[in-house]
Amino acid sequence: MRRLFQDAGHLVRPALVLLAGLGLFILLRGAVIPKDFGKYGHFRPGALDMIRQRPVSYAGQDTCVMCHDDQATVRKAGKHAHVACEACHGPQAKHAEDPAANVPKLPDTADLCRRCHEQDAAKPQWFPQVVTAEHSGGMACNSCHKPHNPHID
Amino acid sequence: MDITRRDLFTIGGKLLVLASVGATLEQIIGAAAPSDAYKMADHWWGMIIDIDKCIGCGNCVRACSKENGVPKGYFRTWVERYEIEEGKQPRVESPDGAMDGFPPSGRTDVKSFYVPKLCNHCADSPCVQVCPVGATFVSPDGVVLVDESYCLGCRYCVQACPYGCRYLHPDKDTVDKCSLCYHRITQGLTTACCENCPTGARQLVDFKNPQDPVHEFLRKNKVEVLKPYMATGAKVYYKDLDGAVR
Repeated sequence: MRRLFQDAGHLVRPALVLLAGLGLFILLRGAVIPKDFGKYGHFRPGALDMIRQRPVSYAGQDTCVMCHDDQATVRKAGKHAHVACEACHGPQAKHAEDPAANVPKLPDTADLCRRCHEQDAAKPQWFPQVVTAEHSGGMACNSCHKPHNPHID
Repeated sequence: MDITRRDLFTIGGKLLVLASVGATLEQIIGAAAPSDAYKMADHWWGMIIDIDKCIGCGNCVRACSKENGVPKGYFRTWVERYEIEEGKQPRVESPDGAMDGFPPSGRTDVKSFYVPKLCNHCADSPCVQVCPVGATFVSPDGVVLVDESYCLGCRYCVQACPYGCRYLHPDKDTVDKCSLCYHRITQGLTTACCENCPTGARQLVDFKNPQDPVHEFLRKNKVEVLKPYMATGAKVYYKDLDGAVR
């Protein structure tokens, strides 16, 4: 043993340091990197669950119609048949969870209708468009058109 | 006992191998199993966009912003208006990302149309390739996502994205981008933008679903992805896309 340190001490000491360093690196790496890292690719699978946990704001068409099937029936008969409820009424997931506590506000038609139906050359020809200033003379859109079925008989 | 340099390296090597085998075993045994009904292997998500149906209302932009808490002035999706005048460079504008639609241009003597844009959820994504820490990745169901807890905020991916779909979140200092509403699509809902598109100009599609109308759509229409020459494997297909669109 003595001869060992006499002859190879200069090798043993740095080797020990190196091994200790390696061991420490492996330990730290094991502690820091999640166990399942790399299961699906070079990323942490836990991130998928984390991203999925985000709460939903827009409840979706099917949820709205569960209660409001009367409105859905009216809408089905008109040109707005394929416009989702929340496209105009805004995100209503909270309302769907607790309808009494979260009463939605009616959208303002002045802003709402214009966004889609204000005339612009970039809009496709098949889409109904008006120059709002000329069309209504400042009157609210819903004084003539009912938004769920905008057709006037 | 004599230890030569050779012995020393042998011993060191054995120790190293043992340690790494131990670590690998631990990783294999310790991996957790997925918990719910959604099977990632059964889906491959993308989107189809019909240019001729887009009316530039900005519903998608507002919906995305509310659904995902996108900070003001940043966009995960936005709409551009192209105006192409003969013999001139195309004019492209997107006032506040079309958050409040578009004011009428008043020009009827030019070719003009709207182009909704979002992350193309590329299969061979340049942004994923440059991430040094594995914080951004293509999920097994084909969605390019960001792991907020791993992102360093180095912005390599922001520079790498040929479509300008990424930004550094001003509060979190991590990169943020369209997640294709991963929290929605994994529970059977469509994305916020598709849910709220009044004309059905954009539709979420699942290429692995044989019943999905996307297969018919791709067969019957002239479709194009943005910047095909970048070979990114983009999965947002545009119908009747004008050649001027970049």
